[in-house]
Amino acid sequence: MLGGMIAVTLNGFLPIPLAIVLAVILTTIVGAVIEIAFIRWLYKPSVLRMVIITIGVSILIREIALHIWGESVRALPYFTGSSVSSINLGGVYISSQVLWVIGIGALAVAALTAFFNLTMLGRQMRACAANRDAARLCGIDAGNMVTLSFMISAAIGAIGGAVVCPITYVQYDSGTPLAIKGFTVAILGGLGNSTAAVGAGMILGILESFSIWVLPTAYKEAISIAILLGILFVKPSGIFGSAEAARLKEF
Amino acid sequence: MARRYFTVAAFAGLIVAIQLATLATGTAYYLTQLTMTAYYSLVIVGLCMLIGYAGQISLGHAGFFAIGGYVAAFLTTWDLKSHQGAIVSLLSKSGALVSRHDVYGGSLLTVHPWLACAAAVLLTVAVAYLVGGPILKLKGHYLAMATLGIGIIVYRIVLGTEFLGAADGISEVPGFPLPGGLLITGDSSSRVSNYYLAWGVVILGMILLLNLIHSRIGRALGAVHGAEDAAEAMGIPTARYKLHTFVLSAVFAALAGVLLTHYNGGIGPSEAGVMKSVRYVAIVAIGGMANLWGALSMSLVLNYLSLRGYFGTYDDAVFGVILILIMLFAPDGLLRRHLLSDLKRIVSRDPEGEEAP
Repeated sequence: MLGGMIAVTLNGFLPIPLAIVLAVILTTIVGAVIEIAFIRWLYKPSVLRMVIITIGVSILIREIALHIWGESVRALPYFTGSSVSSINLGGVYISSQVLWVIGIGALAVAALTAFFNLTMLGRQMRACAANRDAARLCGIDAGNMVTLSFMISAAIGAIGGAVVCPITYVQYDSGTPLAIKGFTVAILGGLGNSTAAVGAGMILGILESFSIWVLPTAYKEAISIAILLGILFVKPSGIFGSAEAARLKEF
Repeated sequence: MARRYFTVAAFAGLIVAIQLATLATGTAYYLTQLTMTAYYSLVIVGLCMLIGYAGQISLGHAGFFAIGGYVAAFLTTWDLKSHQGAIVSLLSKSGALVSRHDVYGGSLLTVHPWLACAAAVLLTVAVAYLVGGPILKLKGHYLAMATLGIGIIVYRIVLGTEFLGAADGISEVPGFPLPGGLLITGDSSSRVSNYYLAWGVVILGMILLLNLIHSRIGRALGAVHGAEDAAEAMGIPTARYKLHTFVLSAVFAALAGVLLTHYNGGIGPSEAGVMKSVRYVAIVAIGGMANLWGALSMSLVLNYLSLRGYFGTYDDAVFGVILILIMLFAPDGLLRRHLLSDLKRIVSRDPEGEEAP
C-alpha cells in the first residue's frame, strides 16, 4: 500500500520508473525504521508480542496514510499501453500491465532465490532463521539480519504495490487485506520458501477467482481466509513445506 | 471471598455515583454512551478471561459480537407473515412469535427477542466450539492470524450478504423486553433504567467470572497460563479448559452483541470489523491482561471517550498506539496483578524475565 501510494504521489512530478524506484527505497527505509524503532531493542520478544506490535504498526501506518492522502482511490498509469489496450498471445488477449506484473514478480522471486542461495548475506539470513543462537555463535549479527529481512520484505511489498496498483488501484486501507493474503500464501507455501510461495499464491488467486462461480463476489476475501484456516488446521507447515522443517523453527 | 464482593459493591457504587453525577450536572445524555460502553465492557471482560487467564489471544472477538448482534437483529426484524406454514403457525401458537407494528404502521410477525437471543447464543456456542477446537491447538502468530481470519470471515459475510443488509446493516430492531415491564431500547425516556440494566448485566458477568477465577477451573487456567506442559502433567485437561474459556468469552461477546443491537435498534458491519477486535485486545492489554477489574475500568474510560468522539479522526490510531506502547513497554499489561511488586523489582534493578505467552 505504502509503495503504491508513494509511487503515485511521486509520479506527479517524476517519470514512472524513477517514481517507483524512489518509492521502493522510501518504503524500505520505513521498513527499517519500524524494525529499529519497535522490534530491535526488545529483549527476546515472543513471536506473539511481535505480531501484535506489527498489527499495531500497520494500523498506525494506515491511519497516517489516511491523514496524508485522504480516502480517495488512486492509481499509477499503465506502464505501457493503456487500460483498454491488450496484447494478443495465441488467441488470448491480456493487458500489458498483467505481463509487467508477472515479469517483475518472476524477477523478484529469481532475485530472492539467488540472494538466499548464492550470496553470503542470504546464507547468513537463512542460518538466523533456522537457529538464531547457533548463527550468533558463528559470528552473524542476528539483529542486523532481522532489520535486513524487514527491509527486503518492505521493498518487495513496495514493488508489488507499485506494479499492481495500475490494475487494482490503491487506497489508504488496501494494505490490511493484502497482508493477510500474503500471510496466507506464505503459510500455504511453507514459511521461508519463496518459490513455493509463488505457486501457492497462484493457487490461492485461481481458487479465489473461481469461487465467484459458486459464491457471491463479496465473499471472495472470505475464501482466501477460509483456505488459510483450513491449512492451519490440517497442515500448519504448508502444502509444500515439510513438517520437519517447520518443527525446527521455534515459534 | 468477602473482599471479592466488596469490590463488586464498590463498582456498583461507582456506577450509581456516575448516574447521580450526570443527574446533578444535567448531563443525562452521557448515559447513552455509558450504556453502550457497558455492553462493550461485557465483551472485554470475556476477552480478558480468555487472554489473561487462559493465555490465548483472540483477534476475532468482534466476529462473535457480530454473530450475536446479527442473529438477534435478523430474527427480530424478519417478517414471517408471508411464510405461512406448519412451523410458523406452531411457533406462533407456542408464543415464540410476536406481532408488532413497524414505523410505517404495517404489522409484522417476528421471532420473540428472547428466542432470537437464545438462537444467537446457541449459534455462537456452535461456531466457537467448531473453530475453537482446531484454532486453540495453534500457538503464537498462527493463533493470532487464525482468530483474525475468523473475524474477517464474519465481517465479509455480513458485508456481502443481502438479507443481512450488506453495507447498511439491519435497522429498526425492536426493544428487548424484560420481566417487570422493562425494555432494553435506546429510547431516551428509559435512559436511566437502561443504564442500570446494562451495568447490571456487566456486574452479573463480573461476579460469574470472578467466581470462576477463584474456583478449581480458574486455578487450573492459571496453571495452564503459567506452564502448559506442567499443567498437563498435573492432570489438568488443558485443551478442554482452553476451549471452554474460548466458548465462554465468545458467548459474552455474542450476548453483548445481542443487547447492544436491541439498545441501538440496529447493527452494521463495522461492528464486525478488524479494528473492533484490535480495540478489544488493546483495552484488555492496557487493563493488565489478567486483571478483570483493570480491563473493566479501562474499558469504561476508553470506550466512553471513544464513543463521545474525543479521539476524533484519530480513533483507530489511538488504539493502535495504545497496543504498540503496551506491547513494547509492558507486555504483561499495564494494570497487572502484581504491579506493585514488579515496580519494586524494577526499582531494585533486578532483571525482569520475559514471559512467554
